[in-house]
Amino acid sequence: MERDDTAVVGELVCPAGTPASLRTAVDAGADAVYCGFQNATNARNFPGLNFTPEEMKEAVAYAHARGAKVLLAANTFPPAGQTDLWKRAVDEATAFGIDAIIVADIGVAQYIHSQHPQQRIHLSVQAGAPSIEAIKYYCEEFGVKRVVLPRILTIPEISDLKRQIPCEIECFVFGNHGLMAEGRCSLTNYATGLSTNMDGVCSPAQDVHYEEDQDKNLTTKLGIYTIDCFSCTQSPGYPTICKGRYLTPRKEEGYYAFEEPISLNLARLLPELIKAGVNAFKIEGRQRSKSYVRDVVSSWRHAIDSVMAGDEVDLENLLALTEGGKQTQGAYATKRWR
Amino acid sequence: MSLSILNFAGSFGHTEERMALTRLLIGPVPLFVLQPVLHRIIRNIALRKPELFNRIGVHREKSFLIDPVNMPFALVLRPDPKSPSLRAYRRRHLPPVDATISGSFLTLMEMVDGRLDGDALFFSRALSVQGDTEAVVCLRNALDDMDGSVVEDAANLFGAPGRKILNGLRRIRQNGER
Repeated sequence: MERDDTAVVGELVCPAGTPASLRTAVDAGADAVYCGFQNATNARNFPGLNFTPEEMKEAVAYAHARGAKVLLAANTFPPAGQTDLWKRAVDEATAFGIDAIIVADIGVAQYIHSQHPQQRIHLSVQAGAPSIEAIKYYCEEFGVKRVVLPRILTIPEISDLKRQIPCEIECFVFGNHGLMAEGRCSLTNYATGLSTNMDGVCSPAQDVHYEEDQDKNLTTKLGIYTIDCFSCTQSPGYPTICKGRYLTPRKEEGYYAFEEPISLNLARLLPELIKAGVNAFKIEGRQRSKSYVRDVVSSWRHAIDSVMAGDEVDLENLLALTEGGKQTQGAYATKRWR
Repeated sequence: MSLSILNFAGSFGHTEERMALTRLLIGPVPLFVLQPVLHRIIRNIALRKPELFNRIGVHREKSFLIDPVNMPFALVLRPDPKSPSLRAYRRRHLPPVDATISGSFLTLMEMVDGRLDGDALFFSRALSVQGDTEAVVCLRNALDDMDGSVVEDAANLFGAPGRKILNGLRRIRQNGER
C-alpha cells in the first residue's frame, strides 16, 4: 500500500458560511476552512449563506496570505443530466487555487480526476464510506487523498482502518452529532420534497415553523410534521426530523426515534484520536455565526496545540454553544451512547 | 438622561439595578425623538454596507419585528435597499409583519453586532423566532457577514455621547445583564 509521507498531523479544519466567518476562522487559528458556493453543489445550501465566485476567490487569497487552506465543499449528488453546475463549481474553485475539493459523488470525483488531475480531492462524509474496501476504491480510482469518516466508528475501529487505507483521515470532533447514514438520508425529502443530498438542504428554512404560546412553550415544525415540543425551561435543538420526539403505541411519552438534540465534543479524546492516526480534526457548523466560529476555533486551536505539547485539555466552556445544551462523545467512545 | 450615569454602569452590582439602568438609558425616550435617530442609523448602514442586501435576497421587501422584550417599544425593519426603514412602535400599535425576532435588548444588540451566536441563543431560549423562518435566516446571515461593528457605526453617528452610551451598555452586558 502506497502511503503519503507528507500527510498532515493535527490539522484543524473549520467551517465558514460567509466570507466574514472565513476570515474569523483564519484569524482564530484554523489550518483549513471549508466552505461552499451559493447553490445546490454543497450540503449547506441555506438562504443567505455561502460564497459567490468572487467571494470565493477573495477568500482563497485571504487564507493563503495567512498560511491557511481553503477546501471547497462540492459534496452533493448531481441529479441526472444536471452536472453542469457541479463542473462549473469545480472549474472555478480550481482556477482560484482552492486547496482541495470535498466530494461525495463519483461523477464529480471522476470529473476532477480527469480534468484537473493536480487538484487534491477529499472524500466527503456525504459519500458514506466507512469501510476499507470503499475508501481504497475511491483512492485508487480517483486519487482521493483524505476521507472524512462518518461519525459511527469507535476509535479502535478508526485505528484499524487507518492501517489499511492509503489516505489521510479527517474526523468530526465538534458540532452536529450526525449519526444518520449520511448521503443517504431522505427524511427531509419525505417531509418537504427537497433533498438534502441533491438540493443541499436539510430542513429547508422555508418549511420550518416555530410556534410559541403565552407560557413560552415552543413547538417546532417541518412542513406538516411536528418535530418536538419544549416547555419554557427546555432547550430546543435544530428542527430536523432526525432530532424529533415521536409518539408510538409502545411508548408512554414522546421519544427520540433517531437521535437526540446533542452536540459532539471530542476534546477529551484528542490524544487517542491522534494516536489512532487521525490527521485532521473537523468542526461542524457552516450554518453558525462568526461568533460561534471565533469561540470554537480559538478553543480548539488551543486544545490541539496543548495536546501536541503533551498537556491535557478540557473544552467544557463550549457547552453553551452546543445543541440542546448537551454534549456527547458519541460512537467514538462507545456504540452504546444512548 | 444624564451621561454621567454611564460612568457608574459597571459598578451596579444587582441585576435589578442594572436592568433599571438599561431602561433608564434607552427606555423612556419618546418615539418621535427615536424615529429620526433610527432613520439615520438604517440609512447609514445601507450606505456603508450595501452588501447586506445581496444576502437578504428575495426577502428585502419583508418586514421584521425586532422585539426587545425588556424595553417599552419594538422595532420594525424593512431592509429594502431602495428605501430601508427602521421604526419604533409601542406594542399596542404594531403593524403586521412577516417575521418576529424577540430577545432582551442587550442580547439582540450583541447578536446584531456579531458578538453572540444566534443558534446558541435559540438553544438557551434567550432568543425566539416566529413567522417567516427563511426570511429571518437570510437576515441573520446577512448581518453576520458584515465586517466591523454595526452598533459602533451607529454609536459613532452621534459622536462622543453615542459612544459613551454604547460603552455603558457594553459594561452592563459584561456584568451579566441581558
